[in-house]
Amino acid sequence: MSKKSEKDNGKIHFTIDGQEVEAEEGWTVLDTARHYRIPIPTLCHHEAVKPSGACRLCVVEAKQGDWSKVVISCMYPPWEGVEIQTRSERVMNVRRWILEMLLAECPAAEEIRALAAEHGVLDTRFKVEDPEEQCLLCGLCVRVCEEVVGVRAISFGSRGVHKHIATPYMVPNQACIACGSCVTVCPTGAMEARLERVRGDIAERTGHGFAH
Amino acid sequence: MARISTAEEWGHRLESVDALESYREQLLAERDPDRPTIIVCHGTGCRANGSPKVAEAFRAAIEAENLDAAVVPQIKTTGCHGFCSRGPLVIMEPSGIFYEKVKPDDAEEIVKTTLVEGKPVERLLYENPNTGEHVTHHEEIPFYKHQERIVMRHIGTIDPRDIRDSLASGAYKGLAKALSTMKPEQVVEEVTQSGLRGRGGAGFPTGRKWTTAIKAAERKQEPLYVVVNGDEGDPGAFMDRTLMEGDPHALLEGLILGAYAMGAHEGFIYVRAEYPLAIEHLNIAMDQARELGLLGEDILGSGFSFDVQINRGAGAFVCGESTALFTSIEGRAGEPRPKYVRSAEEGLWGKPTVLNNVETWCNVPLIIENGAEWYAGLGVPHSTGTKVFSLVGKVNNVGLVEVPMGMPLNDLIEKIGGGVPGQDHFKAVQTGGPSGGCLPWELRETPVDFDSLTRAGSMMGSGGMIVMDDRDCVVDVARYFLRFLEDESCGKCLPCRLGLQSMLQFLDAFSSGKGSVEDIEALKSLARAVQDGSLCALGGSAPNPVLTTIRYFAEEYEAHIRDGKCPAGVCKDLITYRIDPDVCTGCGACARSCPQQCITGEKKEPHTIDETQCIRCGMCMESCKFGAVVVE
Repeated sequence: MSKKSEKDNGKIHFTIDGQEVEAEEGWTVLDTARHYRIPIPTLCHHEAVKPSGACRLCVVEAKQGDWSKVVISCMYPPWEGVEIQTRSERVMNVRRWILEMLLAECPAAEEIRALAAEHGVLDTRFKVEDPEEQCLLCGLCVRVCEEVVGVRAISFGSRGVHKHIATPYMVPNQACIACGSCVTVCPTGAMEARLERVRGDIAERTGHGFAH
Repeated sequence: MARISTAEEWGHRLESVDALESYREQLLAERDPDRPTIIVCHGTGCRANGSPKVAEAFRAAIEAENLDAAVVPQIKTTGCHGFCSRGPLVIMEPSGIFYEKVKPDDAEEIVKTTLVEGKPVERLLYENPNTGEHVTHHEEIPFYKHQERIVMRHIGTIDPRDIRDSLASGAYKGLAKALSTMKPEQVVEEVTQSGLRGRGGAGFPTGRKWTTAIKAAERKQEPLYVVVNGDEGDPGAFMDRTLMEGDPHALLEGLILGAYAMGAHEGFIYVRAEYPLAIEHLNIAMDQARELGLLGEDILGSGFSFDVQINRGAGAFVCGESTALFTSIEGRAGEPRPKYVRSAEEGLWGKPTVLNNVETWCNVPLIIENGAEWYAGLGVPHSTGTKVFSLVGKVNNVGLVEVPMGMPLNDLIEKIGGGVPGQDHFKAVQTGGPSGGCLPWELRETPVDFDSLTRAGSMMGSGGMIVMDDRDCVVDVARYFLRFLEDESCGKCLPCRLGLQSMLQFLDAFSSGKGSVEDIEALKSLARAVQDGSLCALGGSAPNPVLTTIRYFAEEYEAHIRDGKCPAGVCKDLITYRIDPDVCTGCGACARSCPQQCITGEKKEPHTIDETQCIRCGMCMESCKFGAVVVE
């Protein structure tokens, strides 16, 4: 059980699905779960960039006594004695609805279809706008380009339901160094499909802003 | 004591609390309380109705009348009086005679009759719709009589563009008291003891938030910022706008007090750009306060320095959310981030930040001036003080009202609001703005306080209150609010961006008679996923209107789905307009108003509507004086 006062070297003791675990200082619930090989699905999480909390697939339920809250494991800092449930009814309800909605949002993404099937979601009741779409707007490409590559060649355009991955003025961006990091981190094939729109035709590129 | 300046030529720095008080006395001494004053409301509502022209007409009328120099009346333009549906409003002081819907042409008569002869102009007085009697003085009007105007006490009596008027009414008394007799921690303690809770929506105890931030700043050895949330975005809400426009010094004083209590030296007022008058008045107030030494370096010679700047928001609803507001001030796209570390500890630029709503800050000077005990005696135990509501929708008296916390919902709507036009009682009230909940008539005795509203599935929110009658369809209302929120979602997290869109697909189907009763259960399940899964409070509270309307009006949802009927006659796919031949007089008014020109009939003979052409706009129903147009 939880050991409230026995903190050693900043280590935090709590449980995940009833299993006693120990987190190093600074670890999130997801870091701890991964350390103990407890599976939690994620889409917008990547070790290379800071977590953003966009996809919400990694939700877990944090409990203590009568108190309970659905939180995202990729950012939630565990605390001494908290009981984390990774597959509670509330958690699975959030995940299943997100996946069903993603089947309508990016029906061409095989990875999403597989993940949905794992959760028993095989079909969607919602309207499919574009059967070819693979992008779920997790933002990994935007974040890796800014945080790791440091050029900010891609960003989000518009907001809400109109949000999309875009370059400034919707034209290929000369700032792109064609490193392919965005393609690498993309959880689906979406970035590959729109790479040309970011990078443009490399043969046409002349010097400025372009690393040879 | 050295003479500072006369009331008319001001602009010297006040070097001490005593200097402020003697300046205040001087201002009061130079004022003649019996001087005739014509107060012309210059709130946004009355301005839109032409009040600047009314004030101009008064000036001309007074000049034409050539009144004795000894009784030269002054014309004062003030902030909003709250009774917006009756504007432009004019109040005659010192008599207190209240005129409504005043037009420029009325100015001459008012000057002649009231100013010269001392008699009221009967036709411009408020008429009590229940008794038919004229009411002469504003305090006798039911709309005002049942209010307890504390935060708004100066609004409508002072000229918000003149700090001398505010000072004469007691502005900065709380600040003077704190700087001369209280340590910063005593100010925090006073606010904590008062029980003040955040007026922006969630109702978080203000004193506790301040304490958290102070501790974080000490621990991290970092500066602390104080921020005003003036990003009022709820449709139909204008509490904060009115406070900023009508009494900007109350906000500044509250903010300076908070800064003094928490040791902050920099503050930000985040106001949406759609509130130009609020921004203008705040800028004037800040300039005048700086000039007198009430803001800036070494305030009132106390050694305490604090200054503030205005940040204009571009009008995104989500920027009312604390972390999105901070990213917006920082110059990035206004998107929220998870708050597992409170913004009191990590807020603006990652520094400890106290963000309070406009109304919350405006309460602070009152608490300091009158004491926590006095304040805690107002309202109910866990929701102390008063709350300002914007009362709109199907209610006779539309406007801004301030009442003690805990007043039953029905009192607010019946006594102050004057009830629902043409109906015995309301059908539902949406409290807390678009992401609040829809409460039915059966819950009319619900006390309006933080905890009671939350228990009923709604929330206090920032204080929007939209009254609905039998002609409002709850499915349509839920759709309306959800569409607003879908439009305002920043799109960062999936449950909000996709969830609101998907919930709308359910409601769209219901409003055209499609879907099944099982779909109602599916919608509830999705709504809970959106509540649980969303990143910020926008998505987290967005399902409230849907869930409360399903909870309290299940039969109305079922009527749409099972019977293909919209009982309120709103959902266009489910209604038809028909003219009752027994009632129709054949006057032709409907035919003239029909944009489709699909109503035909001979003069003085019953008319008919061609259903195949009808777009169900309802213009015919509006235009018919005999009630012959019915909706089925």
